[in-house]
Amino acid sequence: MPDLVQKNLAALNSRNGARRGAAFDDLHTEPMRIQFGPSHPATHGTVKIVLDLEGEQVVDADVQVGFLHRGFEKECETGFFYQNIPYTDRLNYSSAILNNVGYCLAVEKLFDIKTPPRCEYIRVIGAELSRIGDHLLAVGASAMELAAFTPMLYLLEGRELIYDLNDAMCGARVTTNFVRIGGISADLPEGFKDFAIERLDRVMKLVDDADKLLTENPIFRERMEGTGHRSPEELIAWGVTGPILRAGGVPYDVRRVTPYLVYNEIDFDVPVGEHSDNFDRYLVRMEELRQSRRMILQCLEQIPAGPVNTEDRRVRWPAKRQVFGRMEELIDQFKLVLEGGTPPAGEVYHAVEAANGELGFYIVSDGTGKAWKCRCRSPSFSNMSILKHMLIGGQLADVVPTFGMMNMIGGECDR
Amino acid sequence: MPADKPDSPTTAAEQPPALSPLLELVKARVGEFVVEYQSFRGDDRIHLDRANLLAVAQALRDDPALAFDLLLDVTAIDYLGQPDDFTTHLEVWDRNQSATRRMPLRRHELVLPPPGPHPRFAIVYHLVSTRHSHRLRIKCRVPEDDPTIASLTTVWPGANWLERETYDLYGINFVGHPDQRRIYLYDEFVGHPLRKDYQKRHEQPIEPYAGPGAKEPRRPQ
Repeated sequence: MPDLVQKNLAALNSRNGARRGAAFDDLHTEPMRIQFGPSHPATHGTVKIVLDLEGEQVVDADVQVGFLHRGFEKECETGFFYQNIPYTDRLNYSSAILNNVGYCLAVEKLFDIKTPPRCEYIRVIGAELSRIGDHLLAVGASAMELAAFTPMLYLLEGRELIYDLNDAMCGARVTTNFVRIGGISADLPEGFKDFAIERLDRVMKLVDDADKLLTENPIFRERMEGTGHRSPEELIAWGVTGPILRAGGVPYDVRRVTPYLVYNEIDFDVPVGEHSDNFDRYLVRMEELRQSRRMILQCLEQIPAGPVNTEDRRVRWPAKRQVFGRMEELIDQFKLVLEGGTPPAGEVYHAVEAANGELGFYIVSDGTGKAWKCRCRSPSFSNMSILKHMLIGGQLADVVPTFGMMNMIGGECDR
Repeated sequence: MPADKPDSPTTAAEQPPALSPLLELVKARVGEFVVEYQSFRGDDRIHLDRANLLAVAQALRDDPALAFDLLLDVTAIDYLGQPDDFTTHLEVWDRNQSATRRMPLRRHELVLPPPGPHPRFAIVYHLVSTRHSHRLRIKCRVPEDDPTIASLTTVWPGANWLERETYDLYGINFVGHPDQRRIYLYDEFVGHPLRKDYQKRHEQPIEPYAGPGAKEPRRPQ
């Protein structure tokens, strides 16, 4: 945006000239270039931003990603469908179950498999727990980068409580590997409902404490309000989704516009902002935390009894006792290990609402057990592409809250 | 679900299936440019000739009944040595034939299949409308010897990074892109790793560290 840069420089020069007097007008100045990152204490995520500064003002920015590129899509082409699920944990490592759910739903769409209702409810519970954990980290880390250290401790304690629930569901805390194609790895443990309600109450108490410390905090508001502003039309044109787009007043939520799982059977609100600045992004995230809790409580009430895995022989792993005792299950096991479960040839795209926006998986199958192509449409990547235009024209100190509310997750952005 | 009896191609050609409501809309608006309509598992997609891509994209964005204002994704598919794009035999579930079509991948060498009769690459665009919340996929085939296609950055600015990524990983040139450089990999990287003829185990030499400030980041002109 060279015209914007020119305008900013002109405004800056006129202001400086008025303050300093005419004697400084012919003083030769040039923008200073600083390297922000790749590993900077005020950013969470490995990203490099090359900033051109005119005084304190950002006149140009170049955002460079890719420091965490691991070849997720290349790996997915060489493994069977079920072998790729652990890789999806590492995409957005702060909300792993959401990624599991997105990938498995895409594969199930390719296979044309419908999972049992109990499985769908458990997936929603896991996904919303992940969303709470992700938003807690995003808000907490951003607050810490703005020198508010106490709320970060509160919110990370809340995330630990969410990890306890992950632990109860699947035995792992961070990289869960919980969802399977056509089901989940294990049913909910006994007494999970009471445990979850108790933990969620504690989490919400911590969220309320952090809310009191942040929302009315003058320093926090000074730095968040009005910074990083972009109009909703620009956000849409740049492919931005998730809380950032909703903070601009666009109620685009995949759970609402194209419902999957059981999201059309439970009641929830889609919070939207109106100013499209960093403070609204923070408020939207705080409200989504409460909505996620509301969804989990409804799911725990409504969840039906029944099986959690599909009976489709193409993807179902038979129980070991039956593998050793029956011919058909032995053959199924053999086929799954050697061929990996073969879908029909074709291509599907399935999107879920992840913590940062629309997470889509585009799978092209040639009819074998391995994907010909497995593409991950990651929300962080598209959201980051507009970061440059959020920074230009602002102050150097605005880089930190804008980048913090972007909540760039390196594993998902760089894949 | 796959049919028990394989489809005979003659009946499929004689009776084209009815189009979905969205594809009917698309056909009424930009029907003269569309080569082929496909629906699979509820996903609608159209195939275009790459020369018409920019005009169709503009029309899809600006038409009020379609209003595809959000470009979700740009990517490419490498159909190296494939006889088709897997879709003409949708309901035929022939594992053995598919297994032989997959190229043999040995540990340290890659045996390339002969080139197929169709253009090697396909560029895929995913669109969604925030107003009508419907989704569409666009595919354009691009040959190996001239992997170029028009850039959509003038229609959706968000195509900028997505096309840079596709250039980086597949080597597709986007004509009219304002800033086409690698995004994930470093400038000295040789080749495009998501192409099927790039071995997964291939290693590239480590670039020595040139010292602070020796290598200024490249900028668009």
